[in-house]
Amino acid sequence: MKLRKKVYMVAGYNTISLGTGRKEFNPKKPRPGLEEYIREAGQGVLKQIGGAKNVDESVIGNFIASRFNRQGNLAAFMPYIDPDLRYKPAVRVEGACGSGALALATGIRSVLAETADVVLVLGVEVQNTVKAIYGADILAAAGWAKDRKEGHAYYFPGKFSDRAKAYQEKYGKEKPREAMAQWYVNAIENARLCPTAQEYHNSSEELQSCGMMNPNPRGFVDSLNVYDCSKVSDGASAIAVVSEEGLKRIGIPKSEAIEVIGMGQAEDDITKPPDDPTILATTREAVRKALESAGITKEQLGTVECHDCFSIAGILAIEAIGFAPHGGGAEFVIQGNTKRTGKVPFNTTGGLVGWGHPTGATGVHQAITIWEQLTGKAGDSQIPITAERPYGLTINMGGDDKSLVSIVFKKAE
Amino acid sequence: MNYTERLSNVTVLGAAGKMGSGILLLTALEMVDLSLKPENRGKVFVINAIDVSSEALAGLMRYIRAQALKAAEKKTVQLRAVYADRADLIDNEEIIMQYVDDVMVTIRPSVNLEVAYNSTLIFEAIKEDPELKVKLLSQLDKNNSHKPWYFTNTSSIPITQLDEKANLGGRIIGFHFYNPPAVQKLVEVIKSAHTLPEVEEFALQYAKSLRKVVVPSADFAGFVGNGHFMRDALHGIGEAEKFAKDVSLPEAIYMINKVSQDYLVRPMGIFQLIDYVGVDVCQYIMSVMNPFLKDEDLHSDFLDRLIGQGVLGGQFSDGSQKDGILKYEKGRPVAVYNPDTKKYDLISDFQASCDEKLGAMPRSIQPWKSVAFSGKSEDMLKTIFDEIKTMDTVGARLAKEYARRSKEIGLQLVADKVAFAEKDVNTVLLTGFFHAYGPINNFLD
Repeated sequence: MKLRKKVYMVAGYNTISLGTGRKEFNPKKPRPGLEEYIREAGQGVLKQIGGAKNVDESVIGNFIASRFNRQGNLAAFMPYIDPDLRYKPAVRVEGACGSGALALATGIRSVLAETADVVLVLGVEVQNTVKAIYGADILAAAGWAKDRKEGHAYYFPGKFSDRAKAYQEKYGKEKPREAMAQWYVNAIENARLCPTAQEYHNSSEELQSCGMMNPNPRGFVDSLNVYDCSKVSDGASAIAVVSEEGLKRIGIPKSEAIEVIGMGQAEDDITKPPDDPTILATTREAVRKALESAGITKEQLGTVECHDCFSIAGILAIEAIGFAPHGGGAEFVIQGNTKRTGKVPFNTTGGLVGWGHPTGATGVHQAITIWEQLTGKAGDSQIPITAERPYGLTINMGGDDKSLVSIVFKKAE
Repeated sequence: MNYTERLSNVTVLGAAGKMGSGILLLTALEMVDLSLKPENRGKVFVINAIDVSSEALAGLMRYIRAQALKAAEKKTVQLRAVYADRADLIDNEEIIMQYVDDVMVTIRPSVNLEVAYNSTLIFEAIKEDPELKVKLLSQLDKNNSHKPWYFTNTSSIPITQLDEKANLGGRIIGFHFYNPPAVQKLVEVIKSAHTLPEVEEFALQYAKSLRKVVVPSADFAGFVGNGHFMRDALHGIGEAEKFAKDVSLPEAIYMINKVSQDYLVRPMGIFQLIDYVGVDVCQYIMSVMNPFLKDEDLHSDFLDRLIGQGVLGGQFSDGSQKDGILKYEKGRPVAVYNPDTKKYDLISDFQASCDEKLGAMPRSIQPWKSVAFSGKSEDMLKTIFDEIKTMDTVGARLAKEYARRSKEIGLQLVADKVAFAEKDVNTVLLTGFFHAYGPINNFLD
């Protein structure tokens, strides 16, 4: 994809990722609803960009509020954020857990198409409305409905457990398990530095041994333990996608913004199982396109936000980007390359495992983390960004490696 | 008749009670799991839930439905395989609801004893009244042509007595669940002098299927569980009465309750436990046991006095605690009953002065929950008791005395051959009373 025009992102805002692990979370007490998350995140952006009057149109990404919250027609919540959004265009997009980045892509396309200079892009999901065992039914809609009957009770953990099993059969059992545990440790350590993260309050001193826990096939899945999995989360994230003119309109200097340097989108057939379960082929293709579109190599990436809905997906993403050969992702993680002090820090605010995974919000949250890191706004989470590796990459995935958006960013100049 | 056939037509007597409802739930789940096996498709499984009160049975059915739902949610992974051939059941939710339906259609609530005349297995969980039990069991056995087997949940009445008086010819065994049956792992299994070997064999298989821990007990009134608990309770009451010479009775009760919970690292203090079981139930169990004891008087004037004043404890049907010796708010004691004024005295009014009298808490003390589930409770307990051993505060002295008495009771049960081994006593306290350690230990040696 060739970007025929400069596109920027700025003024990101995340609500907390609420769910088990947060001190505020009590499953027996009432919690904020969908509209409250939407309003908080939306207003968080509007405050930074001079109000809703500056917004031309908005995009809301959400996976499946229709079942978690009995709510459709989400675009009509945008005017709820601010009356100045009434009668302005808004659209809701859906691509399962990749809905957030699809919303970003939609915003980017609007700017490229010159139908808008300022697009408010928001992602949201409120999932703690049902028990996990029923949530698994709802989330299974990210796969092929006709595959549900054959699938595991915990459908998606089952899918990625199958991938982990295949990976372990091919490359040995121990090292991948160790790498998945290390992935968990990194995720929590990073989340502890980010006040909005679901695992921000995690004070366990036994992260490594938790991560090494044996899977329990009787109660859960064969090859993953609960620490390998992102949790059930409520949350919203929003950011402004703007043109050069848009930046001027909202009065924010370029130094506060990041530029979209490249973008890769890829879609695979939902009715087909993966050709090779040890490879995220669609992810690989999306990243390849993104890097090509940006005209950079992976060696220039200073940080990556990847879609670690499960620790194994993080390891496979490393291989899909090409940082390690097939089967080498585990070793890459064990050696510490993806830690915040490593060669390419991954998921510096915790990723899906540590920050949380409010599915429709995740893609937007990833972009916000990159925005914070590249513009020096990441607070305690801040990592150094060098001139040799100035780029940030996001990978947002819908379904089992089906709906992919990968974006390359750089601090705006 | 094999295991499955034996469990095809079952009755629970006293099904709406605290114990009966748990027994009904566990047995119904076991029967439904059997019915879902491929080889049992098409066979009919029935469990009669008999109780005297229609109203209580309605509550029971609601309870069972909620519990069956929880059980199904917990084992959905297996249930997906069980219902794999049901093309119409796709989502977890559909599978879970089907399982709940399967449980509900197995259960037949009734207030009429006659429905039990076709059962091959009968659980008895009625009031702890020997005469009533004998009367019901006799009537059933006369009218039931299947020569059914009887599992009695009595916690104190000798099984041989029931067997002989109801003329059951050894078709009875003591199968004593702990409260609540769905949660507590322990089952005390007690043979009468005549229990048939096949009845025992079935009992053990059934216990195994329910994943219960079985402790065999001799057929002596109170068995191991109440044999320990009732004496432990009397010790606590006695200590409080002694103490009440210096302080008010509610203050003394507060202190002994605190020592028996916090210092001894137990899930609840002794007076809370008496409330949990029921003040009247405790009194009744003692009265059932007492005639069988030679050199001991298992009886408490204090409990008699409370019952006379209508202080009964026990639980509401939702499992929450009724006020008894202690008054509860959100499950925590907030006041202590004063039999002299017939009112509850607020703990907060005397807590500070009582705690001061007990002296500084051992520093190594941790709540029962943190110890029991730590995975290193043995080491933690050793540290705690090593510290208590060296302390000379009132609290530490009471704790030591309490622990020594608890151990003495345990050893006596073994010496009297009520328990077959020391470890059995410990298992009962660990799995039936949720203690973090058995009473027969060397912590204070």
